[in-house]
Amino acid sequence: MESTHSLYEQLGGEAAVNAAVDLFYRKVLADDRVSRFFDDADMDRQIARQKGFLTMAFGGPAAYTGKDLRTGHARLVALGLNDSHFDAVVELLGQSLTELSVPTPLIAQVAAIAESTRAQVLNR
Amino acid sequence: MTAIRYQERLYPVAPGESVLDALLAAGVEAAHSCKAGSYGVCMMRVTSGMVPERASAGLKDSWRQQGYFLPCVCVPDSDLTIARAGGDAAYGASIDAVERLSPDVVRVRLVCDTVLESRPGQYVSLGREGKLARSYSIASISDASISEGREFEIHVRRVAGGQMSGWLHDGVQPGDRVEITGPYGDCFYVPGRPEQPLLLAGTGTGLAPLYGILRDALRQGHAGPIHLFHGAKTEDGLYLVNELRHIARTHSNFEYLPVVLDQDGPIENVLLGRLPRLSGWRAFVCGGPAAVQVLRKKIFLAGAASRDIYADAFLRR
Repeated sequence: MESTHSLYEQLGGEAAVNAAVDLFYRKVLADDRVSRFFDDADMDRQIARQKGFLTMAFGGPAAYTGKDLRTGHARLVALGLNDSHFDAVVELLGQSLTELSVPTPLIAQVAAIAESTRAQVLNR
Repeated sequence: MTAIRYQERLYPVAPGESVLDALLAAGVEAAHSCKAGSYGVCMMRVTSGMVPERASAGLKDSWRQQGYFLPCVCVPDSDLTIARAGGDAAYGASIDAVERLSPDVVRVRLVCDTVLESRPGQYVSLGREGKLARSYSIASISDASISEGREFEIHVRRVAGGQMSGWLHDGVQPGDRVEITGPYGDCFYVPGRPEQPLLLAGTGTGLAPLYGILRDALRQGHAGPIHLFHGAKTEDGLYLVNELRHIARTHSNFEYLPVVLDQDGPIENVLLGRLPRLSGWRAFVCGGPAAVQVLRKKIFLAGAASRDIYADAFLRR
């Protein structure tokens, strides 16, 4: 029988997001390439943002539109956010999922969803 | 069919429907975004009834204990009474005593007109004559033998040109009246994991909530190790030193580590030098915003889970 479960369901839904968020955010904050874009005074707010990002990248219910992604990242683009930073974040996301033993084909699907936001995030 | 009571009205919830969807379907303007339990924008508070485990699974324990839950992922299996997050109450209170703890800090004891339902580490807004208001952390644990449990303690640092702190340092008389609103905040001890190691770290009057949290944890039988790092610029800024040393002598699981920042360097360096790995720890971080931001980040990077880090950054204290 063909699987009809969505990517989000296969990954484990919001429980998977809760499991991944600390691992991912710790990697991002510890990475000199990108940490400055994520070092918010309010860590709870940053954690909530990362949960939103992971929910979207996991194929879950999207809370924001392409326009939101553009305006939300405009300040960071002005600070120099570019392709190399985007690549680094996707790489760290993949590392996090590997550490959580997510199967490689699912990681590829997550990476593809993240990739689909590149133009909006970088405001092109 | 289950029903929810919200703002004095009843709303039916269809089988499988979330609390948020039921409210929205009835035309209630409830804040929300993702409907997947990830942002917390829609967070509400249950005042009567039980929400399913999933509805608060991603929240900090101190939020859960106050009844907070996410209505977007809450499909209730029984009736609930719910309220908007952040409801607060106002009380009158009288100044009871003022005692100097350091050149810059006084301890103010207040007696509230009614028992303040609060937890040590939360904060209240203190107002005077209906206008001036400043926030102060609750440094005491409730004691039913003193003023029927209505007394509580705050620590007030003198702020240059500050009207409230100036009055509390120089002008206040026992019996003077103030207005209290609150309590607010999620930075407090939640029982349930008595063996978990606890880290308390703060600078200046960040000690106030930590002193309350420490005694609350000990009173509730916390058995795991508790480390308190208190930083002050110079030695005379450290206060309650004798009280904390006494607690350390009488509780083998408690260690008190005063840090003189001008001599010992940044508190986060001292802390991580002694405790480089914090995976599995619960941490409480209080004080000025810059110190709190650095501390909580370093503690997170040292392995503590984000939901186990409770922070209170003083903005106007």
